[in-house]
Amino acid sequence: MDRAVGADAADAGRRGTPSRGLDTLPEHSRGSPLSVHAMTVAYRRKPVLWDVDYDAPRSGLVAIVGPNGAGKSTFIKACLGLIPKVSGRVEFWGRPYREQRRRVGYVPQRESVDWDFPVSALDVVCMGRYGKIGWCRPVSRAHREAGLACLERVGIADLAGRQISQLSGGQQQRVFLARALAQQADLYFMDEPFTGVDAATERAIVEVLRALRAQGRTVICVHHDLQSVEEYFEHVILMNMRIVAAGPVGGVFTRENLQRTYGGRLTLLAEASEAFAQAERGGG
Amino acid sequence: MHEFLSIDLLPLLAGAMAALSCGLLGNLLVLRRVSMMGDAISHAVLPGIVVGFLVAGTRSPIPIFIGAAGAALVTVVLVEVVRTLGRVESGAAMGVVFSVMFALGVALIETAAARNVDLDADCVLYGQLETLFWFPPDSWSALLSAPTLGAVPRQVWTLAGVVVIAVLFVGLFFKELRLAAFDPMLATALGFRARWLDLVLMALVAASTVAAFEAVGSILVVAMLVCPAATARLLTDRLATQIGVSVVAALAASVGGYWLAAWGPGWLGATGSVSAAGMMAVTGGVLFAGVFALAPNHGLAARVVRRAARAIDEAAEDALASCYRAGERGESSVEPGALRRAAGGGLRGALGVRAALARGELARSTGGLALTGPGAVRATEVVRSHRLWESFLVEQAGLRPDHVHDTAMRLEHLRRAADHQRLAPERVAGVRDPHDRPIPGEPPSPAP
Repeated sequence: MDRAVGADAADAGRRGTPSRGLDTLPEHSRGSPLSVHAMTVAYRRKPVLWDVDYDAPRSGLVAIVGPNGAGKSTFIKACLGLIPKVSGRVEFWGRPYREQRRRVGYVPQRESVDWDFPVSALDVVCMGRYGKIGWCRPVSRAHREAGLACLERVGIADLAGRQISQLSGGQQQRVFLARALAQQADLYFMDEPFTGVDAATERAIVEVLRALRAQGRTVICVHHDLQSVEEYFEHVILMNMRIVAAGPVGGVFTRENLQRTYGGRLTLLAEASEAFAQAERGGG
Repeated sequence: MHEFLSIDLLPLLAGAMAALSCGLLGNLLVLRRVSMMGDAISHAVLPGIVVGFLVAGTRSPIPIFIGAAGAALVTVVLVEVVRTLGRVESGAAMGVVFSVMFALGVALIETAAARNVDLDADCVLYGQLETLFWFPPDSWSALLSAPTLGAVPRQVWTLAGVVVIAVLFVGLFFKELRLAAFDPMLATALGFRARWLDLVLMALVAASTVAAFEAVGSILVVAMLVCPAATARLLTDRLATQIGVSVVAALAASVGGYWLAAWGPGWLGATGSVSAAGMMAVTGGVLFAGVFALAPNHGLAARVVRRAARAIDEAAEDALASCYRAGERGESSVEPGALRRAAGGGLRGALGVRAALARGELARSTGGLALTGPGAVRATEVVRSHRLWESFLVEQAGLRPDHVHDTAMRLEHLRRAADHQRLAPERVAGVRDPHDRPIPGEPPSPAP
């Protein structure tokens, strides 16, 4: 399912088709949980992601790897419609996101929320079920029990009643993971679930990821630790403002590709982005 | 009784309702860390009110509401624009926008007043609570009849309407509001538009402000948007409870404030009364200060007491550990002065030694103080912890052996089982620390 192609190859493939694949979906994209075509994302006109093409595998664990500022979180947020796209198309099982919301789960970065918020761990986990519960209806007992079962799966059911500021960093990350499980999605986006967690939490997260893979789900994780990519994931996206390469770890996660992703020199794209920003500031 | 009904009931009711609606909505502002937005909106609606009033020519609420809602919307948008384009943080953006909007309102009022329009800036700021007057019916049975209720001033009805809307909003959308406040990204991803909920919230804040402005003034609005919610936050860690407590705090501040305003000056020997709305706001602030000082868990006193208790506890442990080390040197007891110095000296040392004595972990013996049975168990734990940490710091963290003692003195008091498993998964008694002293084994836990 993976199109194990770098952006270069994709560019070459498109040269003959001015429609850029936007009008006619490639046939192989239809069944893909996530297919992204020619997506460009900008913050205040400064492009941070250029012309991304990607088809996710039907099931399995995918790591997104790349240096700081490579647009990894931006990729996830743009796919979910949380930040606007400049151009391009994102489809989930061949349909737009708003028709497939229920099938897509999301774990934001742990630092993105206020952990002093007056809610318990179980309250947070139950938030994952709000999509199923719908507007204005209270969280029923059945939903709370489902939430508790998710906390059980990440190994901290005993902390269900704790206020979230009284949890350790690893426990907070597990609460977020449990909340994603409560969404009962088929495709998950996780933004750095392994960052700043203890060894026990890392094992618990890996166990959950493997269980999801065994159930035929797809999980796309922003991942920072290059050491463990091959151990935890079978697919990888190398990203640096564009997709440098994507596909099975075996073929893609090579020294040469990593060099191209993390290369110390300012890439041409980064220079172009900088030029945009300069023009925006009036410095031309 | 009649005097109370005609003079006090309506101002009290109006103040309480204004406090209630603002207090409810304030919870959400405080949680989203945009309390200042309430302040900004409550001031910035003024030009909208004046324009609505000038266009309609009367004080009827509908045009004034429309004007205020428009002004609120302009404020929210302008703050966002100034923040993103003006390269300033949101506090500065709000400061710029609301002061300009408010000044614009004042200027408009002055212009209007020149044309004999019945509107002035003072009444917007301080309200006219005391002017709410009612001619109550002669009998209780006539209390709910149509003419009686018709005599209730319009401001009171407007406030009642806003209270109902605020209660419905928070009640119906509790779940969605909680999610959008905690994690707007997930809320939006799940299809609950955090931005829209935000806009509705700001519109309701504007509505509360407008409803309150004639009766109680915007000072009370600002106080009630923040004080009850902040007070409640100190008392609980659950949002539902916090909202409940904030309602109680809002009612207590308004009723208490009114009462103090009406009768307080009398007690002090003065005559007359002070501004009721002002007094309500002050009471809200005093209530917050009291809770801030005395709240059982998050309060200042509780924190000071907790910290002192821990310091004494650690001093006692230092004293016990010192006794243990003396035992290793073959001394069966330690002279009290030396023990107090080992426990940190001064007041800390004295209190620590006294605490250990009081708990029966130290006992007097010939030549000073000695460990008792339970004291020996605890001392062993502390020394074991100390030496495990030293080993960890040297072997795992790579610190130099002669640098780790002071650090270990602090860390030794952390003795949760989980920490120790990480420090010494397979360490057994007899292993020696970096200073070549034996690490004691786990003391036999006393029978439960």
